[in-house]
Amino acid sequence: MELTVGPNQFFWKPDPWSDLYDELAQAPVDRVVLGELVCSKRLPFYQDRIPAAIETLLGAGKQVVLTSLALITLKRERKMTAELAEMGVEVEINDLTALALLPEGTAFSVGPLVNVYNEGTLDWLASKGATRICLPPELPLASVATLAGRARDLGVMIEVWGHGRLPLAISGRCYHARLHGRTKDNCQFACEDDPDGLQVSTMEDQPFLAINGVQTLSETYANAAYQIEALDQAGVSALRLSPQSAGFARLCQLFRQRIDGELDADALATGVRDLDKDVRLSDGFLSARPGVNWSGKALAPL
Amino acid sequence: MHQESVVIPIFPKGPSRVLGLLPLAPASWTLTRFSRQIAKRHPSLFRRLGEHAHARFVLDPTDLPLVMCLEPNGGVPRVSLLRGQCQGDARIAGPLAALLGLVHGAYDGDALFFSRDLVIEGDTAAVLALRNAIDDAELDLAAELGAMSGPLRQPVQRLIALGEKTTGVALSRHEEEYAR
Amino acid sequence: MEIVCPAGTPAALRAAVKAGAHTIYCGFNDETNARNFPGLNFDRAEMREGVRFAHDMGSKVLIAINTFPRAGAEHIWHNAVSDAAEAGADAVILADPGLLAYAAQNHPALRRHLSVQAAAANADVINYYAKCFDVKRVVLPRVLSIPEIAAINAETEVETEVFVFGGLCVMAEGRCSLSSFVTGLSPNMNGVCSPASHVDYHEDNDALSVRLGGYTIHRAEKGEPAPYPTLCKGCFTSADKKGYLFEDPVSLNAEQLIPQLKKAGVTALKIEGRQRSRSYVAQVVRNFRAAVDALEAGQPMPEGMLAQLSEGQAGTTGAYRKIWR
Repeated sequence: MELTVGPNQFFWKPDPWSDLYDELAQAPVDRVVLGELVCSKRLPFYQDRIPAAIETLLGAGKQVVLTSLALITLKRERKMTAELAEMGVEVEINDLTALALLPEGTAFSVGPLVNVYNEGTLDWLASKGATRICLPPELPLASVATLAGRARDLGVMIEVWGHGRLPLAISGRCYHARLHGRTKDNCQFACEDDPDGLQVSTMEDQPFLAINGVQTLSETYANAAYQIEALDQAGVSALRLSPQSAGFARLCQLFRQRIDGELDADALATGVRDLDKDVRLSDGFLSARPGVNWSGKALAPL
Repeated sequence: MHQESVVIPIFPKGPSRVLGLLPLAPASWTLTRFSRQIAKRHPSLFRRLGEHAHARFVLDPTDLPLVMCLEPNGGVPRVSLLRGQCQGDARIAGPLAALLGLVHGAYDGDALFFSRDLVIEGDTAAVLALRNAIDDAELDLAAELGAMSGPLRQPVQRLIALGEKTTGVALSRHEEEYAR
Repeated sequence: MEIVCPAGTPAALRAAVKAGAHTIYCGFNDETNARNFPGLNFDRAEMREGVRFAHDMGSKVLIAINTFPRAGAEHIWHNAVSDAAEAGADAVILADPGLLAYAAQNHPALRRHLSVQAAAANADVINYYAKCFDVKRVVLPRVLSIPEIAAINAETEVETEVFVFGGLCVMAEGRCSLSSFVTGLSPNMNGVCSPASHVDYHEDNDALSVRLGGYTIHRAEKGEPAPYPTLCKGCFTSADKKGYLFEDPVSLNAEQLIPQLKKAGVTALKIEGRQRSRSYVAQVVRNFRAAVDALEAGQPMPEGMLAQLSEGQAGTTGAYRKIWR
């Protein structure tokens, strides 16, 4: 099973941004997706660092992929998206607009924010040139297995969310700006202060969600530690790990050891918790329960 | 945008006290008979209730000293009137006029909920199913009562019309007007 | 302009038609549509009868099959499309590319509209849906301002339909898993958002608490209006600030913007609320029909009178004014 690093969902300053990809060049991962997923206003701050990061990662033998934005509305964003393919690396579409703007016949991959729920959509994307699909995190194992079976026949690789705060929603409205009493156009980049998103709690002070500009995430870190055998049997070819500020390279290593059979699920969960003592884990979606639930045990394979 | 809130008539205190003296057993029997007649004429109501057709609903007119327990019972409904508390799967409470207005399509259930005129507790899905089933059935309790009254039909209908006019409570269904 | 009205039941469909709706949209009573609520929607016979009634009165019927088919069970959604064609629907409203492909291939004569659940938010992707699936109309997501809608219309031949009244999705539609994160049931997979089966209302000392999947998401004090139990309109805290972090419990009312929407090239105005009663449908339709008729006759927009029907009894013009973002 391969390991893919998803695009950094958060707004990091240029130096820590570059450091992440320097570290990943040495990490036991197969594939790195980078670029701006959440907000087009962030990109100018680190855009000039992207070519060097690509070069470093390619030099280290990684597959390198550029993500599209998750929600494309403005003219500027459409132009930006149309230019993605010119960077010379594979594009991961996270909004179907990116597919519309890719030169016809270009091979591409599909990110978790495109709604691939069934065989029909899988067939259609494959017919357009999709070679790999990271499924939406809310899919249960039964759907994952059905789609992985179909994908195998079509020569498409299936990837599943392995670790990280779940991208639950995307909006036209910026919640960081709203919290600070600003509009989106005058956000003053409030999201920059929260490298893992800003925690949202319920009225009873239970940690619940996290806001990240126009994106809403789970407060929990979804983690497939206990489902790796079941996913493997279902025909899943890769797990996606989403960058976080605490010990991400170490986290990649732990997952590699888990996949290689050197660590069991308990050890992986413990290792992940050691990186950040306050972290809460969840894995409910795969077992068709509320996504916030945490099993702490293996799912019976189908 | 200007705000206009709906004013829901409250059942007057005097007559409410009189209703409190109602002998419950015969009243429950009559209401059960009435509800079974409605059931016979509107079988789709129970189809719409689906899995909630065996729930127990407590209807609580907050301006009356009585509560009504409604068991749709899969199409053979039973209604019992009680004083005080009653256990059920779901409770719908509000002024009698609001409850009758909902049945007759004079009010929107969600709007009454937003304005806090209607309180729901317990199995929310069952309440929703009941509300939607009743809304679709286009019930007219006055017409149903008339149909049940045999030779007394005309005086009963006249009495209802008078009651409706003097209280402003929707005691019967009024067809929505044509716009074209 | 065309008024497109919701109907959750045959009675609401009749009420909408009689109140002057040009077009009604509705769904089958299963997981194929995004208002899969208890006691709502149409069985096959009711749908055929509803279409016949509307057609006799000169109104059209659109059938929403706008959830995302479940892997291994696509036949349920395929059958819904076939049954919609057989019932004589004027169009189907679809969101899933796989289902659009199925409909285009197997029912080419059945007109296809792109559901708001596809959240197609720019002219490039709208034109792409048109090219791939011959989509004739798109329901625009509720994230666009009026100038953006005008810009889209300038770049596409596809008709646009926009929401003017009712519940407002704060997130891009069809791209939100908040509900399933807490309840296990989602709009995309199950056709429900913050489902009633997971909602618990509790009244204590005249204060109304709303719990969803065990989390308290709202509390209305005595006299305060109650909201829908949707997560995105809940009350939360973050960075020591307490409040409606995502959206206030308000609903959309763009009645006064109708002239601008017409100028922006919009074909149809959509009213949300298949979960609402026939009384709501009749009132809202009558109101909007009067507004559109006034506009066509060159008269001023009538004053709005719909506040009491709105969630939180308060209206917003949403993203149509850019400051909303």
